[in-house]
Amino acid sequence: MNRNVLSGRVLVGVAVAALALAGCGDNNNTPGGGGTTAAGNEFASLSGTLKASGASFPNTYYQEVITELKTVAPGLTVNYNSIGSSAGKKEFGQGLTDFAGTDSTVKDTDGVAMDSFLYVPTVAAPITVSYNLSGVTDLQLSPDTLAKIFQTDIKNWNDPAIAADNPGKTLPNKAITVAHRSDGSGTTNNFTKFLVAAAPSWTLKSGDTVAWPASTTGGAKNTGVAQIVKQADGGIGYIDLSDAKDSGLSFAKIKNKDGQFVAPTLEGATAALAGATLKDDMTYDPLNAAGAQSYPITAPTYILVKKSYGDAAKAALVKGFVKYLLTEGKTLAAEVSFAVLPDSIQQKALAQLDKITG
Amino acid sequence: MTDTRISLTTKGGGVRADRLFRFSALAAGLLVLAILALILVTTSREAWPVFADEGLSFLTSKTWDPASNEFGALAFVYGTVIVSLISLLIAVPVSLGIALFLTELAPRRLRAPAVTVIDLLAAIPSVVFGLWGILVVAPALYKLYQALHDTLGGVPVIGSLFGTPVGGGRSFMTAGIILAIMIIPIITSISREVFATVPSSDKQAAYALGATRWEMIKGAVFPHSFGGLVGAVMLGLGRAMGETIAVALTIGAATQITPNLFAGGNAMPSVIVLEFSESTGEWTAALIGLGVFLFVITVLVNVLARLVVNRAEIRMKGAVA
Repeated sequence: MNRNVLSGRVLVGVAVAALALAGCGDNNNTPGGGGTTAAGNEFASLSGTLKASGASFPNTYYQEVITELKTVAPGLTVNYNSIGSSAGKKEFGQGLTDFAGTDSTVKDTDGVAMDSFLYVPTVAAPITVSYNLSGVTDLQLSPDTLAKIFQTDIKNWNDPAIAADNPGKTLPNKAITVAHRSDGSGTTNNFTKFLVAAAPSWTLKSGDTVAWPASTTGGAKNTGVAQIVKQADGGIGYIDLSDAKDSGLSFAKIKNKDGQFVAPTLEGATAALAGATLKDDMTYDPLNAAGAQSYPITAPTYILVKKSYGDAAKAALVKGFVKYLLTEGKTLAAEVSFAVLPDSIQQKALAQLDKITG
Repeated sequence: MTDTRISLTTKGGGVRADRLFRFSALAAGLLVLAILALILVTTSREAWPVFADEGLSFLTSKTWDPASNEFGALAFVYGTVIVSLISLLIAVPVSLGIALFLTELAPRRLRAPAVTVIDLLAAIPSVVFGLWGILVVAPALYKLYQALHDTLGGVPVIGSLFGTPVGGGRSFMTAGIILAIMIIPIITSISREVFATVPSSDKQAAYALGATRWEMIKGAVFPHSFGGLVGAVMLGLGRAMGETIAVALTIGAATQITPNLFAGGNAMPSVIVLEFSESTGEWTAALIGLGVFLFVITVLVNVLARLVVNRAEIRMKGAVA
């Protein structure tokens, strides 16, 4: 009897694990093909193991690059754990990892010594404002209206403020369901930073989690938010482009600094990067960037590398991997909905690698 | 009880083995206590910045705003309590019903499969319950919530329990219902064991006095098993308060204190799991502080459960099974 129960449990466990694995597989769907690289290039000789962890936002792209690099340099193993920017910075500061991925810049509370690392910008991606409103396409929103919607100052889709952004459209008399991230997230951070920068009426400040109004609802990760929006007619939420595309939702056009309504596309994101000013430490803020083509809610992401590894072989591996990511790897970015750096920034990012002393 | 094989062990060796056994068992027992103490000490130390900074308002404030470094846990304590209460209100009657059915009513060949099925329910990982909650249960319940709100929302006093449902249906109620399903197997299997300890002489005596089946259960089964049932409920409560991922997915992640059961909220464990990975500095300390608080509450509930169960066992001693 007891044994029966036990084997039953094991069976269920196995079945569930298999389902979960299948689910993961679907999620990380590897778009086939990829840039076929000329054999015998400079990366082929890389051999060893790199440990890294950090931001989950660029994870799809990094994994794609890691898989592709494996075909060029079979001896190189790179493990990137998407545990979140803050945790990634912490592990990097403790010397547990060789490099870290982060969406946010390093603060002095992050546990990383300020002079010990370099930023290398890698890719960027637009954060979409996705909505589900039957009968309404090409919704346009100005930052101020967007802020009021997410602060629940505007509760209904037929509000005059939304109508003013969408001349000539009939908007239904339907309650707005606002969806946000329930987990702490760099996506929330960038979205709220944009509202702080562009919308005077936004009062909730910015951060990985903010004090959302009580009548909004939270979903875990991008897919969780997408799922809430999908279920609720009248739903709206912020979701990164790749997850939003998978979910089949419509995206609102957001009014940029130059007064143009721009849809979230990779071209719009790259335009925003070109319009952003690069600081000396290679960080930059493409949110609400200038330029008629710029999509204003574009989020940057960086890799943190050590200035000195004290191990020439390790330094060479890190340099090799990041260089591959910035050069040949970038052909993979569009497939997973990430925008590559404009040439000017890419050159400077590569120059950062030369500052690694070994 | 005469066992001749006992003479096969030499006397001295037996004593030594006995000492060794006593020592290792004691060490194992103390190890658990030591680990518990260490967890409490380390987490308290990690959470110290927030205790020092917020003081008592960490427990009494309902403002949780990491962006402005303000941390009050009250809304999450409220969420934990409400969700646990909802789950107990649903799970206890159902579990007792199942347990009574299995011990008193069910035909013998139905018992084993029924028990297996209920045990299987306990083996389903909580994340699966959570996903089922957001994909199937919450959207379906949303319509029910709206209907309840339309009919009962206007009634004075209790109407406030049935306020405007949050879009999508992720709310205290949804989390409570999912939790109820998760703790039913725990409460059921313990109360089944408790009911099984009722001496059949007591039951036969009740029947002999002309009791119907329900009168027999009321007069012979319940009084005998009261303590054990309280213990079962307490263990279910402990599970409900500590459940993390299923609640995190279904509760809606809003920070508020409201009587409206159809509104979104948050509970202590789910806040920790949702916000920990991206938190820094005092925010991390505040989340660990929530953990300390939850740890203390859970230990108290479990100690309470132990006490009740022990008392019941003492009372049942002497009863001939």
